[in-house]
Amino acid sequence: MTFSWHRVGAIVKKELKDYRRNRFVVILTMTVLPLVFVLLPVIQLFTIRVSEISSSKLDTRIGISLLYMLIVPAIIPSALSAYSVIGEREQGTLEPLLTTPIRSEELLVGKALAVSIPTLVVAYAIYGIFLIAVGAFANPALQVVVFGQAHLLVELLFIPLLAGWSIWVGIAISTRSADVRVAQQLSVFASLAPLIIVALLALNVIKPTLVLTLLLAAGLLVLDSVGWRLVALMFDRERLIVGEPR
Amino acid sequence: MIRILGTLIKPTFGNATVTGISLSRETGSEIRARISIMPETPGLYLRLTVWENLECFAGLYQLSHVNERIRKALASVNLADRQNELCGSLSKGLRQRVALARSLLSDPAVLFLDEPTSGLDPVAAHEVHDLIGALREHGVTTLVTTHRLEEAERLCDRVAIVNTKLLLVGKPDTLRADLFSRKLEVRLSSRLRDPSRVFSEVLGVKHWEEPEAGSYLLDVEDPDLVAPPLIRTLVGCGADVLAVGERRHSLEDVYLQLIGDGAGERK
Repeated sequence: MTFSWHRVGAIVKKELKDYRRNRFVVILTMTVLPLVFVLLPVIQLFTIRVSEISSSKLDTRIGISLLYMLIVPAIIPSALSAYSVIGEREQGTLEPLLTTPIRSEELLVGKALAVSIPTLVVAYAIYGIFLIAVGAFANPALQVVVFGQAHLLVELLFIPLLAGWSIWVGIAISTRSADVRVAQQLSVFASLAPLIIVALLALNVIKPTLVLTLLLAAGLLVLDSVGWRLVALMFDRERLIVGEPR
Repeated sequence: MIRILGTLIKPTFGNATVTGISLSRETGSEIRARISIMPETPGLYLRLTVWENLECFAGLYQLSHVNERIRKALASVNLADRQNELCGSLSKGLRQRVALARSLLSDPAVLFLDEPTSGLDPVAAHEVHDLIGALREHGVTTLVTTHRLEEAERLCDRVAIVNTKLLLVGKPDTLRADLFSRKLEVRLSSRLRDPSRVFSEVLGVKHWEEPEAGSYLLDVEDPDLVAPPLIRTLVGCGADVLAVGERRHSLEDVYLQLIGDGAGERK
């Protein structure tokens, strides 16, 4: 049987309905994260003194503000994707699911797409609100930097790439873990790995150049693109059903 | 066994054919498209409604006319009026019925039911039995695994008794006939004065015993042939006959006999 987008779509639809009725997901993604990750960067930028505007502290402040924006696509999917397989197993729905004709790759792609939709919506929405706030109220000197091409490129490019990394790492951990909480903790931890490099770039510890940024983006893109194949190899139906390989 | 036939786990050895397709890693998806498995626990998405649960599985089977199929499946388990309720709000018995409706969605060639009444109260179990009986009448090949032998006896045309390995396969009546001689049970208002003489007059009675005063168990070839002359003889010798009937051995008796004397090994 060939790869079926129809079956992928069935998984995505089911997951999105489930998220919508899951208080944890709604509260985390729709209230707590937007509040925290809009307020913190806004406070960073709006508390800059006039004397700091032309100093190196400005770069650091803006770097930290923009870094907050990139934490969102790393954190949200890591928690959701870590739950994706082990969660099904814990609530007893994995076995009925695996008795259908669905292939492992279809299930994983469906899970990944379902996690990526709320992640990207929330991450871009938070970034949009941040830009609106800066555009409306910030010092013009700040606006120039925040709306600079380099920063916009980094944000727009790295939000989906970091989300992709977190999703595949989370699902990979979820396929191998025996406990939801352990999976989520490990997943959050692992999802922050590429963020360290992004943070070093944002804070000018590593001098951000266009080539370096694009190289990093290309690396993440490759990992995201082959992620589903790598995770599919780790997806052992038998182990997930009986607990341990016989 | 169901997990192996359902391609969820690999067999350690041997081979099997499911709906005409040989079991292998490559044919897993193809086999799963033709069969349906209802695991021991319903495994429903509790935050989704009954309809949404079925809709998801209809998508996974790539079914056409989804709404019509869901309506039909829900009607067959008498849940048409509960379609918009969250599965989390349903009782255990109702969840089992939703799981059964889910299994019927794809019109499977073979339906596997793993302990379908496990954990259900007698009323819910009775409902599930009726539903499975209705499936059989509609020509759906159903394979049920159960520890409840009275359930197997009630639901199954053929029974396989497994204890670590396959001991016996056959129709329940055949299994009984293979393992036990047929018996007539006779209850009289009082003991016979000379039972040996009375029973020796009746053709077909091979052996008799008296487990209780006034109750007799007779080994016979064919109870239907022996019962009428037996009753005539008993009445002729002045006995008050309270009941005469064939003593049926349950599947549990068959199972205990097999396990107890190792007959399974011989078979």
